[in-house]
Amino acid sequence: MTGHAKAGRPNQFLRNLNSKIASIPMILTAVVIFLGGTIWTVVYSFTNSKLLPRLSFVGLDQYYRLWAAPRWVMSIENLAVYGILSMIFSLVIGFMLAALMDQKIRFENTFRTIFLYPFALSFIVTGLVWQWLLNPEFGIQSVVRSLGWTTFAFDPLYTPSIVIYGVLIAALWQGTGLVMCLMLAGLRGIDEDIWKAARVDGIPMWKTYLFVIIPMMRPVFITTLVIIASGIVKVYDLVVAQTSGGPGIASEVPAKYVYDYMFQAQNLGQGFAASTMMLLTVAIVVIPWAYLEFGGGRKRG
Amino acid sequence: MTLKNANGDVASKDKTLSGPSGRKPRRVISGRNIMLYGTLFVAAIYYLLPLYVMIVTSLKGMPEIRLGNIFSPPLEITFEPWVKAWATACTGLNCDGLSRGFWNSVRITVPSTILSIAIASVNGYALANWRFKGADFFFSILIVGAFIPYQVMIYPIVIVLREIGIYGTLSGLILVHSIFGMPILTLLFRNYFASLPAELFKAARIDGAGFWQIFLRIMLPMSLPIFVVAMILQITGIWNDFLFGVVFTRPEYYPMTVQLNNIVNSVQGVKEYNVNMAATILTGLVPLIVYFVSGRLFVRGIAAGAVKG
Repeated sequence: MTGHAKAGRPNQFLRNLNSKIASIPMILTAVVIFLGGTIWTVVYSFTNSKLLPRLSFVGLDQYYRLWAAPRWVMSIENLAVYGILSMIFSLVIGFMLAALMDQKIRFENTFRTIFLYPFALSFIVTGLVWQWLLNPEFGIQSVVRSLGWTTFAFDPLYTPSIVIYGVLIAALWQGTGLVMCLMLAGLRGIDEDIWKAARVDGIPMWKTYLFVIIPMMRPVFITTLVIIASGIVKVYDLVVAQTSGGPGIASEVPAKYVYDYMFQAQNLGQGFAASTMMLLTVAIVVIPWAYLEFGGGRKRG
Repeated sequence: MTLKNANGDVASKDKTLSGPSGRKPRRVISGRNIMLYGTLFVAAIYYLLPLYVMIVTSLKGMPEIRLGNIFSPPLEITFEPWVKAWATACTGLNCDGLSRGFWNSVRITVPSTILSIAIASVNGYALANWRFKGADFFFSILIVGAFIPYQVMIYPIVIVLREIGIYGTLSGLILVHSIFGMPILTLLFRNYFASLPAELFKAARIDGAGFWQIFLRIMLPMSLPIFVVAMILQITGIWNDFLFGVVFTRPEYYPMTVQLNNIVNSVQGVKEYNVNMAATILTGLVPLIVYFVSGRLFVRGIAAGAVKG
């Protein structure tokens, strides 16, 4: 991942002191906080630190305990369901909205403003609004019931088996606007002539999208996917605001597990082990992407 | 970083193939248009509904909320919930509403934004124009670091802040925001400064201008747009933050988001949904105003900063 050096450029050894001084904050952040902090956490995840970090190594004990904890397993299951669905739906909805917006429509700015404004809001705000809308006593369920469907049931936030979908709805509401913007930029980057050629050949529109445009937009899709994925792993605020992890442990997520064990249960070892697992997940997503993006000798974005 | 990928290499293909061009005359009302606008309209309603419900709920009295449905407009408009949310709603031991959280958020956001942009712009300038050996290595670490979940680095930072003696204070949180804003902002500024004509920089050097002189007198005046983008990115990002606020500050310094969550999700007492929704709108107001005022620049900012999440 050190592919940032511009290849073929002579190394003009600029011994410039000012530049180095100016870069001290960046170097400190990179080395002490990002590199140092990460290594520190990984190292301490092999200790049995409780209230305070202690260097008494216990091997993989914390990890065995982690994977034996029902709450952690639930967190992972939730993250998997939430992650896969939100990737699929974000991309599909985002792309479809973008494709609609790309039809030289009127009021494009108005529509874009409407689709994107949730993204300006905090996850806390999003979570609370949807908590209110999904409230079974007052929200959508009660409104539909009062319209005559008295047995209508839609209370995801109070039903353990489907609570994660309630979180998903809110997350999609907030995030699809951004995906749409990225996709729209991608669509606008495609040459008009491609469309003309497809029309001349009599290829129907949906086929052109599916077999020509989408493959051409591969870089945009990959970048968007990485952005969505790295956001998914971090999901925390939304769950805290919307469900507080409940009912019971039904909507727990890894990021919340980490926070709770570090700062409330004061079981640091568990917190470190869990956060190391999060790191591993992100690495699995990001390393192949970084390799494709920066490693393969292609030009950088 | 993200958007540029979209401009594929196809743009340079020869245009000789395009025959008679110009748009086909299009009827305004056609099946296609009805589908198109219909779908967009339905989608727009889905995105607007929560905002509508928030506003409507915040203007109702509690009896009306208990009886009516959440979509019905208020029969009797009252601003009491807003006043209460701002001034007297209770979080924990304090009952001074969101006002304290609001001012905390201002005291966090303003210095964090200024500090992080100041640091990152100088960093980006050094990386773009005064490349030194090893700079790319540190920069790579920084960029990769942007993908590491915050949870991995939180505890070491707690220790560092405790050692310096600013854990739990506003300065600690400001420092944290500046640190985590650094990767994306540095990238933003580096790319921008690299895109400015190199001749300007060379000419200034020949004229004898030094590192800071060139930065202050040539680079800064030319980079107003990117500073605005960075500001939008930081203001909305820091204002909306919850995790850092809850980890790195004490209750008296909690930012607005944390306070809001405490007000709404507190277990004691009767739930006052109207006050909750007024509080929610109040908290969302600042980023919304930034969004509506800045328009396209916001899109640029978040597209660049989406990695920061």
